[in-house]
Order: sequence, then C-alpha cells, then structure tokens
Amino acid sequence: MLDFSFISPDDRGRIAAPGHIRPRVVLTAVGGSDLAGRRQRVNSGTSADPVPAQMTRLLAALAETHDQADFIRLFEYYAPRIKTYLRRLGADDATAEELAQEAMLTVWRKAGFFDPAKASAGTWIFAIARNLRIDRLRRERRPELDPDDPALVPDPETPPDDALAAGQRERTIRAAVATLPPEQAEVIALSFYEDTPHSEISTRLGIPLGTVKSRLRLAMNRIRAALGDGPTPMEDLR
Amino acid sequence: MSATFHPPEELLLAYAAGSLEEASALLVACHLTLCPACRRLAGQAEAVGGSLLEELAPASLSDGALAAVLGRLGPVSATARPAVRQAPARPQPPRPGLLPRPLRDYVGADSAALPWKRLPGGLEQVPVVTRTDARARLYRIAPGMGVPEHSHGGLEMTLVLAGGFSDGHGHYGPGDVAVMADGGIHRPVADAGDPCLCLAVTTAPLRLTGLIGRLFNPFLDL
Ligand SMILES: [Zn+2]
Repeated sequence: MLDFSFISPDDRGRIAAPGHIRPRVVLTAVGGSDLAGRRQRVNSGTSADPVPAQMTRLLAALAETHDQADFIRLFEYYAPRIKTYLRRLGADDATAEELAQEAMLTVWRKAGFFDPAKASAGTWIFAIARNLRIDRLRRERRPELDPDDPALVPDPETPPDDALAAGQRERTIRAAVATLPPEQAEVIALSFYEDTPHSEISTRLGIPLGTVKSRLRLAMNRIRAALGDGPTPMEDLR
Repeated sequence: MSATFHPPEELLLAYAAGSLEEASALLVACHLTLCPACRRLAGQAEAVGGSLLEELAPASLSDGALAAVLGRLGPVSATARPAVRQAPARPQPPRPGLLPRPLRDYVGADSAALPWKRLPGGLEQVPVVTRTDARARLYRIAPGMGVPEHSHGGLEMTLVLAGGFSDGHGHYGPGDVAVMADGGIHRPVADAGDPCLCLAVTTAPLRLTGLIGRLFNPFLDL
C-alpha cells in the first residue's frame, strides 16, 4: 500500500513532470524607500536572473552590511520554505514556524560565515535548517565536517575558488535535479523529506531496497555527469 | 594518504539529507575529513538539498512572524569573516595522529588519555555514541592481534584512524571504511608494528560465530 500523503498533490505533479517550469517568485518590497537602491543593485543582472542567484548575492551582501532590508528579503523567501521543509519532516505547524524563525535568526547571526564561493544561499540555509531540526526535533548531535580542521586531508588540486564557478555549479545541480527521471526524483525527494532509512523508503514505495539504492546512485551520477564529473565506482555492500 | 574504501554512496546522501542517525553520521563526518573524493560527493548532495528547499511551495507564516524575528535580531557573530577575503591558505598536510574534528568534539584530542576498557585478545574499547539504533565505539587493537570472528545482524562500519588491519576482504589503512553488511563474517587482524585505532559503528546486535566468539565477544558489553 503506497502512502504518498507526505507528498503534496502539487509535488506529485512536479515529480511526475520533469522539466517543469518553476513559477517565478515575485519579491515584494517590504519596508521603506531605503530598499529601493539596494533592490536595484541586486536586480542589476539580466531580467532572467533567477531568484536563487539573487538570494545568494543578498546573503553575501548581508554578510558585509548586516542590513535589515537584505535580511527581510531573505526571510520572505526562505522562512516559508523552511517551514514547509519542517512540516514535511513531521513537525506540527507551530513547531515548524518557530524553528523556521529560529533558522532565520541563525542566518542573521552567522551571515558573516557565508562564503558564496563555497555554496549558494539555498544550500547554506538548507544546512542550517537541517541541523536545527536534528538538534531540536531529533535531539541528537550533528557531527559536522570542519573545513579548517588541521586533521583534514586536503583536496588533491585546489578547487576553483571564485563565486562565479560556485554559482554555475549550483545552477547546474538545480537544472539536473529538475530534469531527473520521475522515479529517480522520487527517491531523492524522499531521502530529503523523510527522516527514515532507505529501507523504509523501499517499504513505502513497494520496491526492493537494492532498487532504491541504485536509483539514488543513478540520480547522483546524472548530477555529477552534468557537472562534468564521472560516475563514482562505488562498491556495493559486501 | 587517500582512502581506498569508502562508505556506500547512499550513506553520504543520507548524511547530507540529515536522515542518518548520530553514530553513522559521526563516522561519515570523520571519513569526509580524511577523504576529498567523498567530501566532494557530500557537497554535491548538500547542494541538491539546497535546490530542493528552493523548489518547495512556501508555507504561510503567522502574521507577526517577520516582526517577531526582527525584534529578536541581536548582534552578529563576533568571529565573522573579514570583509576582505584572504586567499585560501596553501593546503597543509594533515597533522599526523590528530583525530578528525568531529570525533575530537566527542572524545577530545588525546586518544591515549581516554578511559580505555581492556577486553581479551589485545583489544581495548571506549564507547563514543550509545543509542538504541546505533553505537559508535573507538577500538584500539594491539599490533598483530585479531578481533574474534563475528558476524552481523545489521551493518557494521569500521573507519581506520591510525595503523591498519586486514580482514580477508582487503587491507584497510587510515581513512578507509570497512563495511560489513547483514550476514557478513569477518575476522579483522591488526597490522604488525603500531596499534590500530578505529571507529566502529554497529547498527544492530551482532550474532556470534565460533567458540572463541562465544567466550568473549568484544562487541557485547552487557
Ligand atoms: Zn571516501
């Protein structure tokens, strides 16, 4: 018996229709006229400038200026999405709202650590929301990699360290995710929106665990291929 | 020093998604410290998470949500990065013998100072994460000594932190992860020379095999 109640009807359509056009989010002006100048600056790119890229520039600007107007625009875009994310993972409405607010407070406090050369705003904020959920809802610690750890084995070659390359990488990943075959998009979405092992995804979908794993690997290989990385010869479990 | 044996890819994805339990997440975070290739994969998986977040339909917030948050905006973090970003430091070789940061956060920097509990067969252990769904323990195996043969009812992953061991499937050095799935049987033997330090995560009780295993099973500390 399949249970798709955790996927909204909207997303069921979305998953079944790769290559859909994501509705353009209209950013509403909040606050006074002091916003105008900044908004113009942020929107100075082409008219096709996607919202996620604008958000990354806003967050980078926030890191420098600590300007409330920048924060408000980030809040209006991300807080409602973080709330949806937490609702998907089982939080009730009040908790999801409280934690979404908390996550955005962390965004404000930690903005100085955001590095657009390393991640987009969406990825950086996703990690904050994810870790907050593990801490508050699952009451577990989140062991986190420290990129400045003296024990870290460095990358063999210095990765290109400019924001343009990082932005391009994130755009490529977004496009690759949007065009995954439906059955791969489904297991990827469940991996992120279900706090369950892959074995439970297998039970839910009524397909063998091996199929879940191979779909996940195929999906990640497609994303890597889009980035110009080859597939990884990952071993199967012995 | 580059790892040859890696955790299964879907575990890296689960780590990025935040659905992995704490013990396995600790092992993955330590492996990512030691393995640039998996670090890259985990970074890509995290970016998938960011992209999925942005695709979500926005939920409606309560009327006062923004005002409430604006009212709580405190000072920004004092250790924020400098306004002018410095060129990244030339990669330094990792400090030998230093435990990965995620593990240091649990047990401190000095593994020798831990309250090691001696087990038969030249084996010592320290519990690190003890939860019902999974456990992480540090093991120190004396040079040349073997862990009694055991099999697994669930998944066992062993990350080598120092020294090395062989188990009939391969030889594992620092950064390598030996994965034993359901029903696998192995008998790890530490390299001669230095003790082998490793972090082992078990996600289900083990079954014992062989008389030796029944006499003393290091993985059961009931
Ligand atoms: Zn690896």
